[in-house]
Amino acid sequence: MAADRFNINRSWEHLQNKYVGTGHPDLTKHEWLTNQHRDTYATHLGHHDQLAYIAVAQNDAVGRVRYQLLEKMLQPCGPPPAAKDDEDD
Amino acid sequence: MDEEIRALQSARQGLEKGMNGDALEAEEERAPLNKIAFDQDLYTRDRFQGFSTELVEEDEDGGNGNSAGAKRESSGDVGSAREGMHPSTKEAYRQRGRDLETLGEDGSDRELLRSLRESEGSGRLDTVIAHRESDYHKRARAVRQLSPSRGDMLSDQTPMRSYGKVLEQQQLANEREELLRRIEKQKKDAEDKAQAESLAAEAKALEMAAAVDKEEGAGAVKKRKRWDANGGQEKDGSGTSAGDWDLSDATPAMIISDATPGVGGRNRWDVETPMRGSAADATPTPGGSGRRNRWGETPKTVDASDATPGPSGMSGVTPTPSGRTKKNRWDQTPLTQSGQVAVGTTPLIGATPLVGATPVGSALAQFGQTPAPGAAGGLYGPASSSVTPEQEQRLKWERELEERNRFQTDEEIEAIFKLVPGFKVLEPPTNYQPDRTGRGVFATPTPMTAGGGFQIQSTPAREEYGIPATPSEGNLPFIAPEDEKYFKDLLEAVDEEALPASELKKRRIMRLLLKIKKGTPPQRKTALRQITDKAREFGAEALFDQILPLLMSPTLEDQERHLLVKVIDRVLYKLDDLIRPYVHKILVVIEPLLIDEDYYARVEGREIISNLAKAAGLATMIATMRPDIDNLDEYVRNTTARAFAVVASALGIPSLLPFLKAVCLSKKSWQARHTGIKIIQQVAILMGCAVLPHLRQMVEIIEHGLVDENQKVRTITALALAALAEAAFPYGIESFDSVLRPLWKGIRQHRGKGLAAFLKAIGFIIPLMDANYANYYTKEVMVILIREFTSPDEEMKKIVLKVVKQCVATEGVPVPYVKEDVLPPFFQNFWTQRLAMDRRNYRQVVETTVELANKVGAAEIVGRIVDDLKDTKEDYRRMVMETIEKVVTNLGAADVDPRLEERLLDGLLYAFQEQVNEETSVMLNGFGTVINALGTRCKPYLQQIAFTIKFRLNNKNAKVRMQAADLIGRIAVVMKQCGEDQIMGHLGQVLFEYLGEEYPEVLGSILGALKAIVNVIGMNKMTPPIKELLPRLTPILKNRHEKVQENCIDLVGRIADRGAEHVPSKEWMRICFELLEMLKAHKKAIRRAAVNTFGYIAKAVGPSEVLHTLLRNLRVQERQNRVCTTVAIAIVAETCNPFTVLPALMNEYRVPELNVQNGVLKALSFMFEYIGEMAKDYIYAVVPLLEDALMDRDLVHRQTAATTVKHLALGCAGLGCEDALVHLLNLVWPNIFEVSPHVINAVFEAIGGLVVALGPTKVFHYVLQGLYHPARKVREVYWKIYNTLYIFGTDALTPAYPRIEDEGIHTFRRTTLEIFI
Repeated sequence: MAADRFNINRSWEHLQNKYVGTGHPDLTKHEWLTNQHRDTYATHLGHHDQLAYIAVAQNDAVGRVRYQLLEKMLQPCGPPPAAKDDEDD
Repeated sequence: MDEEIRALQSARQGLEKGMNGDALEAEEERAPLNKIAFDQDLYTRDRFQGFSTELVEEDEDGGNGNSAGAKRESSGDVGSAREGMHPSTKEAYRQRGRDLETLGEDGSDRELLRSLRESEGSGRLDTVIAHRESDYHKRARAVRQLSPSRGDMLSDQTPMRSYGKVLEQQQLANEREELLRRIEKQKKDAEDKAQAESLAAEAKALEMAAAVDKEEGAGAVKKRKRWDANGGQEKDGSGTSAGDWDLSDATPAMIISDATPGVGGRNRWDVETPMRGSAADATPTPGGSGRRNRWGETPKTVDASDATPGPSGMSGVTPTPSGRTKKNRWDQTPLTQSGQVAVGTTPLIGATPLVGATPVGSALAQFGQTPAPGAAGGLYGPASSSVTPEQEQRLKWERELEERNRFQTDEEIEAIFKLVPGFKVLEPPTNYQPDRTGRGVFATPTPMTAGGGFQIQSTPAREEYGIPATPSEGNLPFIAPEDEKYFKDLLEAVDEEALPASELKKRRIMRLLLKIKKGTPPQRKTALRQITDKAREFGAEALFDQILPLLMSPTLEDQERHLLVKVIDRVLYKLDDLIRPYVHKILVVIEPLLIDEDYYARVEGREIISNLAKAAGLATMIATMRPDIDNLDEYVRNTTARAFAVVASALGIPSLLPFLKAVCLSKKSWQARHTGIKIIQQVAILMGCAVLPHLRQMVEIIEHGLVDENQKVRTITALALAALAEAAFPYGIESFDSVLRPLWKGIRQHRGKGLAAFLKAIGFIIPLMDANYANYYTKEVMVILIREFTSPDEEMKKIVLKVVKQCVATEGVPVPYVKEDVLPPFFQNFWTQRLAMDRRNYRQVVETTVELANKVGAAEIVGRIVDDLKDTKEDYRRMVMETIEKVVTNLGAADVDPRLEERLLDGLLYAFQEQVNEETSVMLNGFGTVINALGTRCKPYLQQIAFTIKFRLNNKNAKVRMQAADLIGRIAVVMKQCGEDQIMGHLGQVLFEYLGEEYPEVLGSILGALKAIVNVIGMNKMTPPIKELLPRLTPILKNRHEKVQENCIDLVGRIADRGAEHVPSKEWMRICFELLEMLKAHKKAIRRAAVNTFGYIAKAVGPSEVLHTLLRNLRVQERQNRVCTTVAIAIVAETCNPFTVLPALMNEYRVPELNVQNGVLKALSFMFEYIGEMAKDYIYAVVPLLEDALMDRDLVHRQTAATTVKHLALGCAGLGCEDALVHLLNLVWPNIFEVSPHVINAVFEAIGGLVVALGPTKVFHYVLQGLYHPARKVREVYWKIYNTLYIFGTDALTPAYPRIEDEGIHTFRRTTLEIFI
């Protein structure tokens, strides 16, 4: 788009380097949801009140909840659908 | 006027800087040590501070008189005035002391180009880099050539050229150079001897000839160089031509010793002038320099009647012209009149091949080629081959004319005269000598067939019309003649299908490069992208084979270099490790950028080398650059050191340290140690405080250099330590512990240059010490410094001043010590008239004195110099004034006693009145500063000062008037403090009378002075009264001069703000109209002042009147005017509250005219921008209007409305107007698919504003609809908006994401959000 040179979408690669969660027209459902999950966990981790809320609900220690959330950051939606991707291409 | 003054100043500076002629050389010999070699731009905001302040720190060739390395100072205390400007600007040229007029003299087209450039206003004159290069810079091309590519030693294949081989070659080259140098030295000795015996030389000439003859028998190959050597190394001085001839030069002296004088040869040549011993050597040339000019020598003449002296005689002995000199070859009629190649026909053609060979060779030599001996055969060869069609034509005519006008032959005459009776052929007189030399009587007539008659001319070729060649394809840019050799393939049309792949690739790269080099910006852009994308496909070899020669081209311009360097940068990134074999080639081309005068070129060079280092890796970089480290040529080592410093900054200092350690300890050559230490110095300069973690190691690596056996190594070590200390300031003194002793010992052992370097290092180390140590060490060094106060060497003076400044600035130095031991000799030696003449010393002396004043107090210093304000020399007075100004600025005038105060003011007045120089700011500033510092203590003197000012306001010289007016501006506040309202009133009246001033600069200053008086005296007490003053100002507002405009609008604004009631509203309305024009001034300060004044006036006279005129103004045609009006409306709305403006404004929207409606929208947009939160009271009022505008067919309506929505939304954020904003969002949203850049930008910004006001969640719901739309175009836009949302509020979006059910192994549900207590 012609106006892109004025705004944040100037260069997709640059943007992507700075903000991993940004998307593009060919983003797959899995990729997008992975980002969503990670952002959600990051939000929980970043706001202590949310962390405490989850801890109370799960009857778990805050530290443990934090640990669990951190662990979940790795492939939060399961493995990427590799085979299907190939077929698509 | 300003221009002129600046030109004069810079011309003078140029002179003072010794940038021309002998002064330059003399300066450059000493250039080295004075400056802070420090990359300021890493710390300070002054990004124009140079990468480094010196190019060459020391004179490489020592005592050798004809040292090739011309030193240039690119910045530092000297060149700082030149910094920040591009070296090709007019100013830079002036400062370099070069005559602008000589620029274009070698071609009228350059003249044209220059005038074009100037008229175009870029201020650049000559952008061809080679034209402004100094001798030292030129060595980039002279010394360095693109070496053959090397292999990638990290790959498995055997490299093309291994490291070992490169080293070996390097060594061979070094040895060769060493040998040549020795030979030169020998030759010089021999020459000296020969000169001493010049009288005896003639007798020995023949002997020498014989000697050379013998020598010639030894090798026929050597013949060739003789002619070269004949002229010495005239072309490039690179020493390559010093062949065997020079070897043989040693022989004369030897042979001379046992020569029998006058064997035969003497009588052969005429003896009127002394014979020269040898053509090349013994001839003393007028300049006495090492260079000799072949053309200045007596041409060799060989008389046909004489015995041919044979080649040996020719080569060795220069025959001097005798009494009966025959025509020599220079006198003859040239074949062509153009003088292109003046090869004459000698009667001797072919008799001696040497004679023939000479002119050919020399003619060729003009083109920089080595004359080939074989060229003798084809005497006409080179000449005829270069004959242009016009010349050929002319020759043909000439031949024809000669044919027709030829002399009659005897037969013809006899045939005619046979018919006449009594005809008799007389005997010629006995003393008649027929002229056999010329083409006269006996010239053989050419047969008639040669020419004559009419000939059909062939169709003139393209070249004859002067039409340059154009590339065979249509859309390629024009190829300049100087570029033809690089792009000649593109000139011919070929069938690309038939080309082999490699050729095709070459052609494609060539095409892209041409587009990048000469194309239009869009062409360039696409070509650059293509070459980047296909870099790997093209391959490193094909790319660099074409890029690098282009960069070495002597006609390269700044812009082209920038573009080509950019290409390299991009390509580097893509090729990555494939570039390894080309690292050295690239370095050869890029390294010169590191010492370019242009700051941006240096930055670019650093960038490339740093990228190169990252791509190729440390091992390759070291292996590639290692051989250059002990290159004998200083230029190569200098640039290599800088490149290494860049590598260190790219790959980290620690990775390079082991290597540096090894290099600095090199036993093999001092050059390697020197370069190693220099790398450390450059690293310090380049990286600044980043050296701190490695400081100790770096110091340890170089510390042994302080006691090195080589003087140069010791000097550079001291300089490197200085750079390290400067970079480390104020930390890291512990790291320098080990070098303190050698340094302080060194200053007692060294003299001259070495001492200067040591002192410099000490000067930078002392500020790192704590008070105790600093005290001790300063005392130690002070003795030496004071001793060196008297040094006649300018360089030493500068260093000493600098070090004194640094020492005195440290805490540990006690005041009494400075007062007693430093000040007396300091003032005795440095405060002299002579020093004031030299601009550089001047600055340094002032700075040091100011530092001393900081230590001992203002009164002490001012008291010592104040009487010099009455000195006879103005330069000196100015130096005193500048120092007093700086001292008083720093320290105030509190400790100035009444007696000193009197002397000071007396001196000030004297100096102020006596100035004749055009440069006035120093005096003005000095006067202003002192008066302000003294404050009420000036009261007794004010009367006199005012009198002086009044007197000077009447001066014929505009500068003087301006300065006087400026001075009023400076001291108005003090006058008020002293209660001298009466004087001020009087001055105001005087200034008022001078408002008719015609020089705009002066008028501006007068207005400024009036403003200052009005400010302190107040509106009511002002004389002349405001109601008289303002009407005089109204016409001045029309003045287009910026200084006048700015001062005038300031004054008017001040009156409108404080004393609007003094002036009738009719007058204000008149001013309003003038102000509208000012809203589009170029200078921002003027626009801002105009805008503010508008507000004040509207407040004073009420909005309705003003608004009426403004709204009417919206209908005018001129866009700029309309825009200014909208701004004014918005300002009125802001100052008089929106409700006074909005009804009329919205009513105006009903006018069915595009311009008016857009103007209204724009005014609304500015208004909402200015009023901010106040917008919440008006949002519901304007929504219907915006609704209409956002649904209008006209793009500009929607664009401006969108901008308004943005400001509105931002103003109302969080104020509970969401309903209206959602409504506006609904209207803005359909515009997201617009393609016009301005519109879409405005729409996105409106959405951005609404995101702030409504929160990302609300807008996300809109976005969600299109993220997975089947059409890619739609998705693109939606994802872009999504990204803006995401960046704005990642957190806020998390609860808004849709709930997605799990799919098999994929867990898409975000269960943490479903937890509920």
